[in-house]
Amino acid sequence: MRSFLSILRRDLKLSYRQGSAISLSLSFFVIVIVLFPLGVGPELNILSRISAGVIWVGALLACLLTLDRIFQADYEDGSLDLLVLGPLPLEMLILSKVCAHWVSSVLPLIIISPILALSMNMNLAGIWVMVLALLIGTPTLSLIGTIGAALTVGMRRGGVLLSLLVLPLYIPVLIFGVAAVEAATAVLPVTSHLLLLSGISLGAVVVGPVAAAAALRLTFD
Amino acid sequence: MSLSVEKLVCIRSDHLVFEDVSFDVSAGEALWVRGKNGAGKSSLLRICATLLKPVQGDMKWLGESCFEDPDSYRSQFLYVGHQDALKSALTVAENLNFWAQYRGDGTIDHALSEFELDPLRETPTGLLSAGQKKRVNLARLLIIKTPLWILDEPFSSLDQSYIDLVKNQMDRHLEEGGTILYSTHQPLSLSSSSSLDLDSMVSQ
Amino acid sequence: MAIDLHKYANPRRFLKIISAVYPWSVGATGILLVAGLYFGLFVAPPDYQQGETVRIMFVHVPAAWMALSIYTMMAVSSAVGLIWKHPVADLSAKAAAPIGASFTFLALVTGSLWGQPMWGTYWVWDARLTSMLILLFLYLGYMAIWESFEDPNKAAKAATILILVGAINVPIIKFSVDWWNTLHQPASVATMQGPKIHSSILTPLLIMILAYSSFFLMVWIIRVKAEILGRRLRIQQMNALRDK
Repeated sequence: MRSFLSILRRDLKLSYRQGSAISLSLSFFVIVIVLFPLGVGPELNILSRISAGVIWVGALLACLLTLDRIFQADYEDGSLDLLVLGPLPLEMLILSKVCAHWVSSVLPLIIISPILALSMNMNLAGIWVMVLALLIGTPTLSLIGTIGAALTVGMRRGGVLLSLLVLPLYIPVLIFGVAAVEAATAVLPVTSHLLLLSGISLGAVVVGPVAAAAALRLTFD
Repeated sequence: MSLSVEKLVCIRSDHLVFEDVSFDVSAGEALWVRGKNGAGKSSLLRICATLLKPVQGDMKWLGESCFEDPDSYRSQFLYVGHQDALKSALTVAENLNFWAQYRGDGTIDHALSEFELDPLRETPTGLLSAGQKKRVNLARLLIIKTPLWILDEPFSSLDQSYIDLVKNQMDRHLEEGGTILYSTHQPLSLSSSSSLDLDSMVSQ
Repeated sequence: MAIDLHKYANPRRFLKIISAVYPWSVGATGILLVAGLYFGLFVAPPDYQQGETVRIMFVHVPAAWMALSIYTMMAVSSAVGLIWKHPVADLSAKAAAPIGASFTFLALVTGSLWGQPMWGTYWVWDARLTSMLILLFLYLGYMAIWESFEDPNKAAKAATILILVGAINVPIIKFSVDWWNTLHQPASVATMQGPKIHSSILTPLLIMILAYSSFFLMVWIIRVKAEILGRRLRIQQMNALRDK
């Protein structure tokens, strides 16, 4: 447990000190969402109709952008070797790093999302559910994404392959996440969508670290 | 025999690095892995550190196969490789404290003073010279006590006085009954050391 | 001490069986394809709603069916390789991948061509086509992983991980896309499923499915043999290195 927390603390400290991860995903998120009104036109009806989808897609892409950081830096300076040799099972090591990734790269997006949702003319009921849905659904993005990150660690241009591998797997989260928000906007029940998202997230907590650990072991073969 | 290695074969990128490598090292002994560049010294040390799987061969620590139970074997050694494994945004103390906590216990003060790192305690490692980083990396050896040390070129980037410092630490480790596997380009007179020449092991 | 060829790439019985099956699969493909196309394109009655264009269904639906079946076969094959360490199960999946991807692509193209007369547009985001598109990405990702690792053994393991994770997701993806589609489309609109299945339609459909299956078998046998020989060659090269 102590080892788990030590990694969590270290990764969080690193992303806080280095700053680039948070600002990268945050600015990308903001820019993507700002581009939509510019591309689609300022008509509020249209914007509010697409707001849920745009925010979810933005979050998805921003998360994708920062995924390779989970392992790449440690791989490059030799820390990954030493982490793997430690007492923590590989799956727990990965889970710890994923938690740090989510807190440092994804949580800021969720915090800023209500403001962006307002800019897209989403109504308040929708915004509240959107935050909830993002909180429940985005851990899946980190967890499944880490599988791709583990498979592509150390590859040149691994980022492109990473996107190809991971995006199909993100689609259910996207669909149900947006559905939850749209249901809230239409004053329909949202529980089933949120429950589905939770189910997927719980499944990802198991599948993600296990598959990523198997993938990471390939580097040490 | 503490560490016993039998008929290791290493192939990397379709290229045969070495084969039929066998050796035994006992407590209180050191083994110097020698060879030209490319002979496979790093590969051999990585195999011994379970960071690389040999194509064939067996390895036993205190009689137990290392490949069958890597977790218990891994708690018995520390590996210091070419790379520094230091986070440039963290200070020396923070880097070492992390490793102390990650591996379970250990305090860093003794290690810092033994490797003459006290003045650099609060310096971010990104600002250190190569030799200083090497010393920080090696300081881990004194934070977590393990019987086996696997050191890949521990003296690179160090000047003579620090080479002597590290050599003294190695001697002390051997006196306390530890075992060391190491590679280096310069001959060293450790208190109890045999050598393994990889150049004579490769079939070319 | 050479690496045991038998353990790794010489499943003699497997090779013997598929070599024996091969000529039959060629013949079967020829006959079934001709028969299926004849029945589908000429004998089966036109649809009262869609006219002659419904005949695309005989090419499209079996292709879609193959796309999904082949992916399932790849997942099962990879799982068998993982659990029972069967020597060539991973190669079997690798061999099947481009064929599956091609069927997916065929399904997408024929679906799109079918869409034109039905919808007046070449692409429509109905549940089937969207799922097919996602499936194509899954195939492409799988094929890309094989090419991204220098060491084929690592590539094999990485591909296995990917397809097993993908396989878990396929039902979830299918479910979510179907659900997404029904949410966004009014119920009165006809879907790509085409008319209700009548025996005069069913027969050519089944023949085409069988034709595609034997086509798959035929091409897959060629590819699997090539993969096995490739692996054998690599192992012999490695052994040669060591005996020098």
